[in-house]
Amino acid sequence: MHLKLSHRLKWMGACMAIGAGMFAFSLPSMSSAQSASTKQASSASQASSPFSLTDDRGHRVVIDKAPQRIVTLLPSLGEIVCELQACERLVGVDRYSNWPERVKSLPQLGGIDDTQLESLVKLKPDLVLLARSSRVTQRLESMGITVVALEPQNQEDMRRVIQLIAGALHLPQPQERAQALWQSIQKKLDAAASRVPVNAKGMRIYFEAGSGYFAAGEASYIGETLKRLGLVNVVTPSMGAFPQVNPEFVVKANPQIIFMGERTATDLKNRPGWQRIEAIAQQRICAFTPAQSDIIVRSGPRIPEAADLMVACLKRMFPE
Amino acid sequence: MNARKVHSAGRLALQLSVLLLLLVGLGALVGSEGFAGMQLQVDLSLIADIRLPRTLGACLAGALLGLAGALAQGLFRNPLADPFLLGSASGASLGVAIGMVLLTQLSQLNMSPWFMRMGITGMAFMGAWLAVALSLVLSWGVQHTLRLLLAGVVVGVVFGAVASLLLIMFPQIQGSVQSFMLGSTAYVSWAACGLMLAVLVASWLVSVAASPLLDGLALGESTALSLGLPVKSLRWLMLAVLALCTAAAVAQTGLIAFVGLAAPHLVRARVKAVHGKTLSLSCLMGAVLLGAADLLARGLMAPLELPVGVLTAILGGGYMLFLMRGMSTKSVAHAGGRS
Repeated sequence: MHLKLSHRLKWMGACMAIGAGMFAFSLPSMSSAQSASTKQASSASQASSPFSLTDDRGHRVVIDKAPQRIVTLLPSLGEIVCELQACERLVGVDRYSNWPERVKSLPQLGGIDDTQLESLVKLKPDLVLLARSSRVTQRLESMGITVVALEPQNQEDMRRVIQLIAGALHLPQPQERAQALWQSIQKKLDAAASRVPVNAKGMRIYFEAGSGYFAAGEASYIGETLKRLGLVNVVTPSMGAFPQVNPEFVVKANPQIIFMGERTATDLKNRPGWQRIEAIAQQRICAFTPAQSDIIVRSGPRIPEAADLMVACLKRMFPE
Repeated sequence: MNARKVHSAGRLALQLSVLLLLLVGLGALVGSEGFAGMQLQVDLSLIADIRLPRTLGACLAGALLGLAGALAQGLFRNPLADPFLLGSASGASLGVAIGMVLLTQLSQLNMSPWFMRMGITGMAFMGAWLAVALSLVLSWGVQHTLRLLLAGVVVGVVFGAVASLLLIMFPQIQGSVQSFMLGSTAYVSWAACGLMLAVLVASWLVSVAASPLLDGLALGESTALSLGLPVKSLRWLMLAVLALCTAAAVAQTGLIAFVGLAAPHLVRARVKAVHGKTLSLSCLMGAVLLGAADLLARGLMAPLELPVGVLTAILGGGYMLFLMRGMSTKSVAHAGGRS
């Protein structure tokens, strides 16, 4: 465990340095793009010029003109496209996409590891947005289809992804539109935070993201929302975003509130040592339904909705 | 296909070849809609870009596994030997796990180290080779079959454990590695086909040329030596070919169970011949097996695809049990590669 943890810490450190470095790297380019857009008063001329970006694989992708047939293979990416008011350009999505309503009527093309290549190509997309680890990336590129891999890792990262997608779609005034979406997300998050019951603030929380003691740590986007709501995560940032924690650790940390999925929230009292946990003794457990979990586990524009779900549960816990 | 009493290798080869052509033709027709959506006026570029490479790729991977299986069973004089015996399967999955970790963690660096340019398939290939090489080093050479097998088991277990450790540390790669372990022919490209074809042709030529060794070994090691065969160097050569075939197939299609084990058995159940012929027939048999499995994997639950490795295990296993039931004890022993 020691060896594993130290190894992981090393990794985490490296990743964080990489993430920070990348962000520092992308900031000047973003601000220069912004200043360019303010200089060019007409947005039409900007929409027609090629947009180039570096995606999360580190590949440089140039998008010459506004893509009209877009396929997204990650639910959060489809949600971002729709929230940027370009939902009508989507022609296909992955199996798990279910929001907004329009997406449900589109052809479903499988998951990350079993994407249906043939059905996808048949849709003749001019842009495919997918996860870094997607298996079809190379095959699609070899067939001349433009592929952009984007995976928002945290909330600040989502701002970058929204901006890149707005640019890639050649939306009119992309920076302003991305900024508006980002700000509306922030505003809704603040509103959710202001509705948290006073008694819940500052409480220790354990968020179980998956069975087998996989926790959502403070470093994850879920953890960021929890922090925003004034809760204290027992899984500290140095432990990683979604670490598998030792069962003993949870008992020792003695969380006052526990969030988890409905499916794993059965028979909690019989987990060894859990009767002693304050959250169990006080019945302060939020068990989210699968539909609610869908919203909570996605790092997409519905993060405020996830925050609302959490706040609603906290309100039931602490009626005022 | 149900002609049980075929004894001529030529006739079996002809039958298998016809079947193979049929499968490739069908493979070009069965698309994402399954058997129901079969029609002739389909998009030709779709067939050329996706269906043909994957169909041919499945057949080529099957041929490689069939050849590797026949080689392994002959070399180790053990009817239970399969291409993954020397740890190449665990090596390949470890390679994939490492590749996925690097892909998800390092790519944020805006740089791609040289080995990432090979992609996940390249990492699988390297992993498979590394495992076999390590098995050979640990067994101090190729002379002792038992030592070699044990080293292969040890390397397999250790590499598998390291891969599991990576999975626990980086849970986000779980899906990718698991789907690799189930095997899939869905994403084979023309480039991959070309690579597998080149490996297959070279390996087939070498192993047929060196096949007198297997015939000699079947009579015992000392007999092989007394026949004047350069046993040691031929063994090295064949092991290299075995590792190459397995690694090439595994890297492109993932872990596909049973084809390598079953193909030589299915051949020997029909034909009694020298290894030169059974090796070639195993190639064809493997190609037919995996080609058919690929077709079924696409068609049975379309537009969903079954993992082809699961299908080969179920169908191949079932057919082999059926075959064993029909055979007398004596012919089972014959099918066991000691003929």
